[in-house]
Formats: sequence, C-alpha cells, structure tokens
Amino acid sequence: MSTTEPSKPVLELRSVSKTYTVKQGMFGKPKPLTAVNDVSLSLNRGEVLGLVGESGCGKSTMAKILLGLEQPTSGEVLVDGEVIGATDRRTLARRIQPIFQDPYSSLNPRKSIQDIISLPLRVHGIGDSASQDKAVREILDIVGLPQRVMRTYPSQMSGGQRQRVAIARALIMKPEIVICDEPTSALDVSVQSQILNLLNDLRAEFNLTYLFISHDLAVVEHLATRVAVMYLGRIVEESSVAGLFDRSGHPYTQALLKSVLTPEAGKGVPDTELGMEYPNPIAPPTGCHFHPRCPVAMTHCATQFPRPVQTPNGHVECHLFDTENGHNSGAPLARKDAL
Amino acid sequence: MSTPLLSVKDLTIDIPVGGGTLNAVRGIDFDLNRGETLCIVGESGSGKSLTSLALMGLLGGKIKPTATQMEFDGIDLTKANNRTMRTLRGDRMAMIFQEPMTSLNPAFTIGNQLMEALLLHRNVGKEAARARAIELLEKVGITAAASRLSQYPHQLSGGLRQRVMIAMALMCEPELIIADEPTTALDVTIQAQILRLLVDLGREMNMAMILITHDLGVVARVADKVAVMYAGELVETGSAKEVFNAPMHPYTRGLLRCIPQPGKTERGARLGTIPGIVPNLVGGITGCPFRTRCDQAVEACRTDIPHRNPVENHRFRCVHETGHRTAETTV
Repeated sequence: MSTTEPSKPVLELRSVSKTYTVKQGMFGKPKPLTAVNDVSLSLNRGEVLGLVGESGCGKSTMAKILLGLEQPTSGEVLVDGEVIGATDRRTLARRIQPIFQDPYSSLNPRKSIQDIISLPLRVHGIGDSASQDKAVREILDIVGLPQRVMRTYPSQMSGGQRQRVAIARALIMKPEIVICDEPTSALDVSVQSQILNLLNDLRAEFNLTYLFISHDLAVVEHLATRVAVMYLGRIVEESSVAGLFDRSGHPYTQALLKSVLTPEAGKGVPDTELGMEYPNPIAPPTGCHFHPRCPVAMTHCATQFPRPVQTPNGHVECHLFDTENGHNSGAPLARKDAL
Repeated sequence: MSTPLLSVKDLTIDIPVGGGTLNAVRGIDFDLNRGETLCIVGESGSGKSLTSLALMGLLGGKIKPTATQMEFDGIDLTKANNRTMRTLRGDRMAMIFQEPMTSLNPAFTIGNQLMEALLLHRNVGKEAARARAIELLEKVGITAAASRLSQYPHQLSGGLRQRVMIAMALMCEPELIIADEPTTALDVTIQAQILRLLVDLGREMNMAMILITHDLGVVARVADKVAVMYAGELVETGSAKEVFNAPMHPYTRGLLRCIPQPGKTERGARLGTIPGIVPNLVGGITGCPFRTRCDQAVEACRTDIPHRNPVENHRFRCVHETGHRTAETTV
C-alpha cells in the first residue's frame, strides 16, 4: 500500500481470529473451527475493499466481527485508531452499518418503511419525532425512493426498492463505514446495476468507506479499489484492484478470475483447474490450505505453511512467490484428482 | 435433423388470480433439436420457470397451459394425460431444479433416490440399478461413489448435491433435460465445474437441453440458441453469437449494458440501467410490454408489434426495424 496517506486507517484489524467450537454428531467430541485465522487488514477513508471467496471461507464472520455482532477470539479491531471492545456497541453502531444480502428477510414485515428507516435514530435517541421524520424524508430522497413509500410495508415493495430501504436505514446514522454483505446477489441484473450506481454515488457524496463482500468478481472489479481474497479463514492475497485483476499472483485468485463468466458467446465454459471441492474447515489440509486444489502445488506446499510475501500492491501468501526461502523451486506435487 | 425433438407453438399460460387473469406466458414459439442447448434468459417474473413446468406437465391443478402445438418427439403434450406424462418424466425428459437442498428428499438415501427412476421406468433389477447409479455418480465426478449411495442429502455439500441431481436426471438417458437455474445457489468455482459437466454430458449423450437462467454470462458460454423472455413473451431469439454480438431488441441491449464486463466496462463507471418495473400481467396487455421502460419507445409501441426476422433464425419483436428509433418511426 502507498505510504503517502498520512492519516490513520479508518478501520483496522490486527491479527483477528475467530474460533467456533463445533460438535460433530450427537456424541462427537467438540472440535475447534477457525473461521477467521489471524487476519490483519486496514481500510482508509473513501476506499472500497472487496472481499471475495467461496462460501464457508469466513467472509461473513469477518463482517459480524466488524459489526460487533461477534467478538473475536483474539486480536483487535480498531476504528479511527480506537480499540473496539465489548462495551461500546452503540458507538460502533454509529460508525459502522450493514447492508445485508436478502432484502426480503432483513426488513421487518410488520413495520412501516418509516419505522424501519427511523429505528436507528430512535435507538440512539437522536432528535424528536419531527426531526426524525425530516431525516427519513431526506434519506428517502437520497436513495431515490418517493416520499409516499413512508407509510407502506416491505411486502408492498419490489426487491430493488427494499434494498434501497436497507441502504437508507444504514445511512441515516451517517456512518463512516458500511459493510455490504452481497448487497446485489438477490436482485435481477437491471436492478443490480441501479443499486451499484447508487452505492457508488453515495460513496462519493458522503466519503463513505465500504467493505464489499461478494462472490461476483465482475461486480467487485467494478466497484472496489482494493481486493482481499479469502480462503479458509486466511487472506491469501490482498492487492489494489488493478494489481489483482491485471496480474494476480495466487493460484486461487487466478482460478476465481477464470471462473468469471463474461457474456461473450462462443468462448465456452472455462476450466478452473480446481480439482477438489472446498475442504472441510474443521480439518483444514496441512501446510498451505490450498495445496490439494492447487494446479501448481509443490512438494513442500503440503507440509509448510506459506509466509505472507509483500508485493508492490499488497501481499500474497504462496510459496511460489517466497523467493527468500528457496520455496519457488520445489518439485511439483502429484495431485490426487479426487473430489 | 429435419424434425425437431421439441416443438412449441403459441404456448400460453393463464393463471386465475383474485383480480382477474394473470397472463404469465403469452404465446411463445420455439423449436429444439437433439444435441442442442436452448437458454431462456429473463428477469424474475418473466415466465421462464412456468414455461419449463408446462413442458414437464408439472403446473398446478388450476393452471392450464394452452398451445396450438406442443410436441415432444411426435407426442402431443397438450393432449397427454397424466399417465403418458408419468412415463415420459424421468425417462425421456428430466428436470434439474435450482435448489439441490430442497429438491432431494432428506429422508431417503442418495442411492434410493437415484435408483428410483430406473426401477420405475426400466425392467431392471436392483443390482443393475445400483451399478448404473454408481456409474453415473462417477461420471459426474463423485469419487467413492459406492459409499455415497448410503449417504443422506444432508451429508453432502451444495456442489455435490447438485451433481447428484444431475446424475439422477441422467439415470434413464433422457433425450431432453430441463435445468432451471442449476447453478444459481452455488459458488462461482463450482458453477463453472457444473456447467462444464452439463455441456460435456449433453454433447456425449446427444441430449437436448433447456437451461433457464437470469445470468447472461452463463447463457453466452453454454447456449447454442438464446431466447430472451420479457413479461411472458420471447422478445428476441437467435443463436448465441447473433444475440450477443448483435442484440436487436432494446431490452436485450439494456440487459447487456447493466452488467459490468471485465475489460470492457471502465472500473467505477456508471452502469447502464433499465428504469421502471416489469408491467402488471393481470388483465390484457396490448402493444409492447417493454415500452414503459424502453428508451426507444414511440407512439406505435401501443399497437401490435411485428415479428422481425433480419437474419435466418434471428428474430425479435419491435416496432423499429433495427431495434433503434429512427427519424421516420418517430413521426
């Protein structure tokens, strides 16, 4: 990352880990599941960090930790340089707000739109009912909804309108950071583009910082300024968006990029070369977690955990790039092409 | 091949609702040959899933599809009774549903569910059915297939379940497979694998396939023929190359502008949008259903819309000859 930015990062994760205890079967022994494994990240003001990875890699656990809905097992989360502890959830909520994936289940069907959007104001006791009413009208204008929807209920709205309500609810507290967890996955393409445009406009207008979680790499490339690729709780590559999409390093990132289906006729379905299914996070593979699926794995990948290697735009965690340890010259590993 | 495997003419589906009749599908035509893949693409509510259910004879009791022609290999599906449909379904035509979570029965083992179709339709014993199930599980890329047969759906991941669904659909070597959003619930990496599998198997077994999706990327990569559906009508049909390289209907062009395309769309630039919402399909619809959202709309869009056929097999419905407003049509 460039060091020209003297200001402190608005959001920082320092060696954050989250371990759940999972019981397997009725009489099974509880086993630890490391959902987030020693992750360090920092976000500067106005940035959009795209977080990508397959389901089960720990993306949503990260979002929950940032929102204060889960406490990290170890490590700390800093907002504007202040450590967020267990005690000040309210302060955290004023600064960080979420937008969830499914606008059909994230809005209370029995509350009117006005109630839904003004709830954060009432929880925090900001203003009287008249000023809250005014704030709701203003925010509806900003997200492009007509004033008349204030008295309606979520069931009367389309998916795109509901997602606009969710955005309005997130922005009414004037947060600095918005965590968008797959905000457009449940929407049709014509509506998706409207929401993406809106998110882009709002970022410019309010100088917002987004953590944008998505599995759609085309959308991430479009919106993000930096990208972090997650695999089994680790961030295996982090880079500027140009650095990642133009010359990605990690074989996993390359496989993800290959699996993007662009609307170009006649190209056929790409081969991702990922032989196996996503591994069981309770019993992650030894060495580099990715080695059983990696098309270019070497013998030592199965035994040694790769170190993070600095790149011009960020870092990558792969033996291929670790020149100092002579790790880029191992013999290729015979891959068990099993599922 | 001279006669198509599946031929549909003027398929209409009306659903009686409280306020009148919902014209969900309004007169669509398409043909499908053996070994061909047709992708039906459209937004939610455009009637794509209903079309597939009508073909399989799986619409609910109150909903009656009508068509001037709906033939599968010479069998008239409009006149087929339940018994005929039962012998076709799972044997000569099979369906793969979107949600592998809900379309597998949680109370039966994978083996049970796989063997069911074969035992029902073919005169084979349990041993032969078991062997076939193992063979197909291996074909769809599942290792240790024999041990999987005794497992239950909840013991498998989403990608594996969808592979089981595909294997199940293939048990009787159907001539037609209908896949309704088969990869929407899956990760992108698994999506690519499953689509490759479907395409390869389709080619190997010379199956006809109808793939229903809202993802234009999937359509471009998989389809031989594309049908763009909007508000119960096929607004544009043609080969994948023609529809993607020279989209004619304003709706198709609008959809393609909406998605960020790596390498083509500038990062962070404004994406194209289609303003407005899908029209209400209750009661009669006259003229072009897309005119309220269309940037090329003119007065003539309220009248009957002609079918245009600029190139062989590439059709679209628009008042404008080129899909664009010109000086003469505006007047």
